[in-house]
Amino acid sequence: MTQSSARPTPASPTPPGGHLLEVRDLHVEFRTREGVARVINGVTYHLDAGETLAVLGESGSGKSVTAQAIMGILDTPPAYVRGGQILYQGRDLLTRPEEERRQIRGTEIAMIFQDALSALNPVFPVGWQIGESLRERAGMSRADARRRTTELMDLVRIPAAAKRLGDYPHQFSGGMRQRVMIAMALALDPKVLIADEPTTALDVTVQAQIMDLLADLRRDLGTALILITHDLGVVAGVADRIAVMYAGRIVEHADVRALYRAPAHPYTKGLLESIPRLDVRGQELSSIRGLPPNLMAIPSGCPFHPRCPYVQQVCVDEVPHDLVLGDGRTSACHFAQEVHDDSAG
Amino acid sequence: MSDFETVAATENQAARRGVSGEPGTPGRAGRPERARSLAGDAWRDLRRNPVFWISLLLVVLVAAMAVVPGLFAANDPRDCVLSRQHAGPSGGAIFGYDFQGCDTFARAVYGARASLLVGALSALITGVIALVVGMLAGYFGGWVDAVLSRVIDIVLGIPLLLAAIVLLKRVSTSGDTVRLFAVIFVLALLGWTTAARVVRSSVITAREQDYVAAARMLGAGNGRIMWRHILPNALAPAIVVLTIALGSFIAAEATLSFLGIGLKAPTISWGIDIDAGRVHMRESATPLIVPSAFLALTVLAFIMLGDAIRDAFDPKLR
Amino acid sequence: MLRFILRRLLQMVLAFFGTTLIVYALMFAGQGDPIQALAGERPVTPAQRAYLTEKYHLDATGVGGFFYRYFNYLGGLVQGDLGQSLTGRQISDILAAAWPVTLKLAVIAMAVTVIFGVTAGVIAAIRRSGVFDHATLVLTLLVLGIPTIVLAPLAQYFFGVRWPIFPPTAGAQPSFYALLLPGIVLGSLSLATALRLTRTSVTENLRADYVRTARSKGLRRRRIVGVHVLRNSLIPVITFLGVELGNLMGGAIITEGVFNVPGVGFNLFRGIRTEDGPLVVGIVSVLVVVYLLSNLVVDVLYAVLDPRIRYE
Repeated sequence: MTQSSARPTPASPTPPGGHLLEVRDLHVEFRTREGVARVINGVTYHLDAGETLAVLGESGSGKSVTAQAIMGILDTPPAYVRGGQILYQGRDLLTRPEEERRQIRGTEIAMIFQDALSALNPVFPVGWQIGESLRERAGMSRADARRRTTELMDLVRIPAAAKRLGDYPHQFSGGMRQRVMIAMALALDPKVLIADEPTTALDVTVQAQIMDLLADLRRDLGTALILITHDLGVVAGVADRIAVMYAGRIVEHADVRALYRAPAHPYTKGLLESIPRLDVRGQELSSIRGLPPNLMAIPSGCPFHPRCPYVQQVCVDEVPHDLVLGDGRTSACHFAQEVHDDSAG
Repeated sequence: MSDFETVAATENQAARRGVSGEPGTPGRAGRPERARSLAGDAWRDLRRNPVFWISLLLVVLVAAMAVVPGLFAANDPRDCVLSRQHAGPSGGAIFGYDFQGCDTFARAVYGARASLLVGALSALITGVIALVVGMLAGYFGGWVDAVLSRVIDIVLGIPLLLAAIVLLKRVSTSGDTVRLFAVIFVLALLGWTTAARVVRSSVITAREQDYVAAARMLGAGNGRIMWRHILPNALAPAIVVLTIALGSFIAAEATLSFLGIGLKAPTISWGIDIDAGRVHMRESATPLIVPSAFLALTVLAFIMLGDAIRDAFDPKLR
Repeated sequence: MLRFILRRLLQMVLAFFGTTLIVYALMFAGQGDPIQALAGERPVTPAQRAYLTEKYHLDATGVGGFFYRYFNYLGGLVQGDLGQSLTGRQISDILAAAWPVTLKLAVIAMAVTVIFGVTAGVIAAIRRSGVFDHATLVLTLLVLGIPTIVLAPLAQYFFGVRWPIFPPTAGAQPSFYALLLPGIVLGSLSLATALRLTRTSVTENLRADYVRTARSKGLRRRRIVGVHVLRNSLIPVITFLGVELGNLMGGAIITEGVFNVPGVGFNLFRGIRTEDGPLVVGIVSVLVVVYLLSNLVVDVLYAVLDPRIRYE
């Protein structure tokens, strides 16, 4: 918190016109014994300083893999980046040597993971694990690191932080563990925080607390946030923009309100219709038919066509391009306008 | 005691105490349904594995020696003349003669019978005990499982060699056949636990399968379900463990005979001959090296065979 | 933690009674002539017979008599009174002279195991599927498959007699150098097991989620493997080594016998050869206790190393 007040509002070190972080046409594949799975097929999105981007999609849609590619922590093998760029402050991370990428991890871009119990090392106390970044990366003395660790644990609202430094991960509740993860990620004051399904493993009430915490921290610290989730409900109150992923592509990209008001891709529309809404009475819940695609044999044309209620011959034959619908929103659907008008009407 | 237990213990320890972590590769979500069967896959892998063929060849060879030793060795292993003591190769005796003037090679060939007999029978009895205990514990669960698992823990905690020394001490003055079966009995009595654990866990897995529930709904009794549906599932992993155990039992028999509490002359055993060869190694090393090589190769063959089959059946280890 | 230790201690006491009862029962129950059984095929002098009858209270009969004798034996065992061997020496004296030698041998074997086995296991895991990995896998399979009764005499022959690098036998007052070859032979088996266990454990831990977290913190690979992965991977390895130390002391029967190392195993070896029943029973009883104790130490060690167990 001492840090937060001292920190200037991001006076963008970004080259003029550029974004803080930009993923361009990223391709990633997994090579396994069974064959090659094309997990990421041309993902493009960007993030500006201080804003929150939600990346939404089913499991297997490639949202976590994109995040790991940004961090440079993909497991190779089996994962290989086959093309594209990841620009951070204008420089392409994919072309940088490993040592430079390592320096960026934690200090510039940090990440928190879904299951904090397995993501934390079971045999070290949490205080030690948070302090490790401070000692190893920031070169702090043990005493300084300890003091700063307590501050960080206070910051993420862990009660009696000073007393819990020596406790082990399994001694914390699920929500508290996730707070430890967040404190660890914030230790080196990153400009970008990637949260990979931070609330999936938690109870609903705890989910809300963690989301509030993330929103507050983002506001207080000015950290840009990429929020990866499969849960539309989580996104609504926190995100500025939403990118919806399907089969390793961004299928729709829009401002949160615009997207909620009128989705312009049949997949987003399906997702929205499958969650109960308070503002619509007598609404009939529906679900998207069919199963997520097999990434070793992605359907021709639009990968969503086997499950799409709007499907036409053109969807089977041609890959849809991103259709710009105004306000910078895009939809990768041959019938984006129709879908949009349908939803709005 | 470390000798016979460690091979199995390695895997056990790892399984018991290791932390298993599934790599969270997102690509798995989109994997196609596997049409090929596990057994088919395993066989395809095995066929291409030279270790499998070499060890199988060795096992067949040793088995043949045990059944018809006369086919391999020309001389009578018990035809010993002291005047030939440590004599060089001549006639059918390709490795010469030992301290007693017996044909070294012939004795090694004839030694296969006792080793294999002990190994195979111990493994067989072990298999029966393991299947019964493992099936009961795994299928019925509850207190049956609790009691049997405790028994397994206790037996597993007994140091094999020490226990064998104490048990076999009691038959030290008995005849050849009694001693042979005492050795088999002792090894089986102390050696069934690993296999029982393996059977138990595969029974637990099989019990939860849909077809077992279906069979139960169709009114099949416990006995029929266990015999027809569960047993076949537990058999493959049990056979793998027993193959490796067979090798360990052969090593154990040789060790006990080496110590002088297993088989005794006039029974021909590699363990006895290694001990005799050891004493006179300064005069001639061949009577030590030949039975040693036979024993080591036989034990290795069984362990490698089991290892190869297990690797083929357990894709996680690839 | 204290409760954990107490619970384990209680379990150990039960196991102690159980195991000693089994050992004792097997030696004496239902035997025609227990004294002849103790002496094997050797003739028993009237003096020995009288001593053994008194020592083991063989004049008491029936189930009550059996338990009377059992508790007497147990009392002796606890007080370190193991009686006399058939050669007339106090067994506790024999053991007192033998323990330091066996301990030295076990420590050498353990050092060999840790220095070569654990290091090679870590390297094999990091370079999984590499040349080193495959080579060590084949080598360890060979070592695991070759029984000690083959390994020990062959090592003695090749490195002691054929190419006399080491003394072939250790002798009465063995030097460190004389214990080296038997130590390596004794340790080779645990070395192979420790190597494979380390390799499996490190491989599994390298895939663990916390490794990804450590990478996302921007830590160097050396630190991730050397601190995060190793600390987790060594838990099963160290517990294995603890059990193994107990095993090595008992398992030294063959090695000590072959190399003439005057340790506990050697005395047991000689006791079996000379059919010295009281000596065998005495040493086996003590070894069983050592075995149980080492298991207890290992369990406590495990709890110390793994906080998840400690706070159970």
